[in-house]
Amino acid sequence: MSTDAEDLQSFRQRARDFIRTGLRPAPNGATPRRRNEQTDEEELAAVARDRELQRMLFDGHLAGICVPKEYGGQGLTPAHQTALNEELRGYDFPVRRQVPTFTPCLAVLLEFGTEEQKRRLVPPILRGEALWMQFLSEPSGGSDVAGALTTAVQDGDEWVLNGSKVWTTGAWWSDWGLCLARTNWDVPKHRGLTVFVFPVDSEGIEIQRIEMLNGSREFCQEFLTDLRVPDENRIGGVDDGWTVGARWMFHERMSFNSPLVTIPDGSLRGGAQGNVIHAIARGGGRLDDPRPRELVGEAQTLSLVGNALNRRIAQGIANGTMSDQSSAIGRLFAGRAATRRSTIIFDLAGSAGAAWTDDDGELAGRGADFLMRQTSCIAGGTTEMAANVVSERVLGMPRERTLDRDVPFRDVPRSP
Amino acid sequence: MLLELTSDQEFFRDTTARFLDDQAPATELRRLRDDAVGFEADYWQRGADLGWTSLLVAEDHGGGSISGDGLVDLTLVAHEFGRHAAPGPLLSTNVVAGALSAADADQDLIARLLAGTSVATWCLSEGPPHDGWGDVAFEIEVDGDELVLDGIKRPIESAGQASHLLVTGRTGDGLTQVIVPSDADGLSLTPMHGVDLTRRFWTARFEGVRVPADAVLGQVGQAAGDVERLLQHALVILNAEAVGAMEATFDMTVEWAFDRYSFGRPLASYQALKHRFADMKTWLEASHAISDEAAEAVAAGEPEAGELVSAAKAFIGDHGAELVHDCVQLHGGIGLTFEHDLHFFLRRVTMSRALFGTPTEHRRRLADLIDEREGVW
Repeated sequence: MSTDAEDLQSFRQRARDFIRTGLRPAPNGATPRRRNEQTDEEELAAVARDRELQRMLFDGHLAGICVPKEYGGQGLTPAHQTALNEELRGYDFPVRRQVPTFTPCLAVLLEFGTEEQKRRLVPPILRGEALWMQFLSEPSGGSDVAGALTTAVQDGDEWVLNGSKVWTTGAWWSDWGLCLARTNWDVPKHRGLTVFVFPVDSEGIEIQRIEMLNGSREFCQEFLTDLRVPDENRIGGVDDGWTVGARWMFHERMSFNSPLVTIPDGSLRGGAQGNVIHAIARGGGRLDDPRPRELVGEAQTLSLVGNALNRRIAQGIANGTMSDQSSAIGRLFAGRAATRRSTIIFDLAGSAGAAWTDDDGELAGRGADFLMRQTSCIAGGTTEMAANVVSERVLGMPRERTLDRDVPFRDVPRSP
Repeated sequence: MLLELTSDQEFFRDTTARFLDDQAPATELRRLRDDAVGFEADYWQRGADLGWTSLLVAEDHGGGSISGDGLVDLTLVAHEFGRHAAPGPLLSTNVVAGALSAADADQDLIARLLAGTSVATWCLSEGPPHDGWGDVAFEIEVDGDELVLDGIKRPIESAGQASHLLVTGRTGDGLTQVIVPSDADGLSLTPMHGVDLTRRFWTARFEGVRVPADAVLGQVGQAAGDVERLLQHALVILNAEAVGAMEATFDMTVEWAFDRYSFGRPLASYQALKHRFADMKTWLEASHAISDEAAEAVAAGEPEAGELVSAAKAFIGDHGAELVHDCVQLHGGIGLTFEHDLHFFLRRVTMSRALFGTPTEHRRRLADLIDEREGVW
């Protein structure tokens, strides 16, 4: 930490003054409307509001706390970010655009971008002008991201990309994409990848929204057809994309524990989740019954433990007592805990879980949520993959036998 | 256990670890199996010299901490006690020493507890049907200048060795805590059977036991806040010890998975087993995390301390036992023998799970605490 850095106490005071005059208190106890019930207009309005708040933070010199000053940030420390998060406690703040824009996308740019790329691409993120998305998963494989089939071929100073990416949240209102593509089919799979960035509204990108079984249309699939990307938008070396990709995965798993992410303290402590579950039990008139009370307590236990675990892992990775791979421990726990919480909520909803009216308050729509339960064990790398990482990379147990190593990628068996 | 220790804390932890390596090896634990007391007086005094009983006692009373946060430092000792399945009344003596110091009571007794020449124990729990969470049926009545104690307390750790018992009872609608010498008239102690190899528990029967008014800690009928604080201390120590036992079991079983071959492959190469190890590692780290977070919250007197400590007990109670039983399963038949060391830790987590509220009771307590927070009742 440089000696001229703003001291923590005056930073905290500055943040507090800004927040108390500029931000609204978080709505107390009210449940935000579920996203699958939001209209596109409401969604766009929420996105616009998020951009506006980010711009306010930027103008208040509170954006990009851990981002170096030369890229528009504050050049401060994770401790300053923690202080900001603490001061934001109880205030309305957009937590849902933070990931994936600030991590993994911004984190990857800061780690692998050239000086020119960082000066060009980072400031618009901090000003709320650029929301980023990951062009990572493909229809041909979810967890096996290094098996990407989307192809980039060099043509002079440009690259021509063809293929399809999927599970991109909100691509239809995003600005930039971070994309993993195959640039060499004649080497083993991890050695033929390259990372690119491009504006989402580029010619050659067609976005289709995916309707999920609960009616949500937040996920998208993109079709890249002769998308031309200048070489100046290549991140890292040609065919060296997995060096970037491995860190990309790490930054993705860091999620809300990343020092690049701003999140009001307490948002993740479990209090809010506990309150929702408590409210559902209350709404169903089940708070006098010991068994539902135990379920409320179980859900609260999982929330509190999960958040304590995330903090421990973030601390361990930061101080080197845990390997970067340990973030998979948090991912595994989060998946297991979220599915259990989902089941608890469904049970507490009783018969309203099957059919409900608009007057059912907290009980309404819980059945539709339950249908989506496995999302938490699939999205961001399945829990099965996380279990492999924990056993093989953290505990050092023998790797599974694979058929895609040490052979040219074009010879690796693929789904028909 | 904490991820980041100061060099003083690390030295303190390591000193206890090395002492226990030397003084509480597996052979000693097996030898103590048939010992009525379960620990040697000399062992306990030497442990007290290392600071085992001083951490919840104020400096003015001869105590002191390593880091400024005695309860957090105590979790380091408790962790090593778990890792070694070590003998000795760590929880009960510390809880009582802390209570005496906080009440500025009986300096001589505090000095003896600090020196390890005496031990003391806490009589909170009662037997069925009054063993439910928060149920105190035991009566402490005021009779002129004296108090009269009637009722049964169990299971009471090391009551047979304790020079004094801190008794929590009911006076009208409130709670009262009194300190009672173990040779008081009307007090009888009977040893109980137990799961742990070295921890001994007793039934304490009080029949018209009379103590003077100055035996009261705090105020008659107004001890609920103090009891809650002692309970939080007890839970922090119990949790930290259980996590130590989980860690020892897990490390032992990972090593086994690498060394044990079946069908020409080490157990560690089977994906079905690797995934179970991944889950267990997740439970273990989660247990460390919530145990430490609860300890810090209790030490700092944070408003969330009650919720965190109950979440810790609920989680560690359940997953401690699950983890060790799963490790028994991964060992096969040898894991169920007396000859193998696994059962030292299985006994410890089993005992911990049942004391100071079951996981189920702590889940209900969490619902109670959310009720309070939400203003339902």
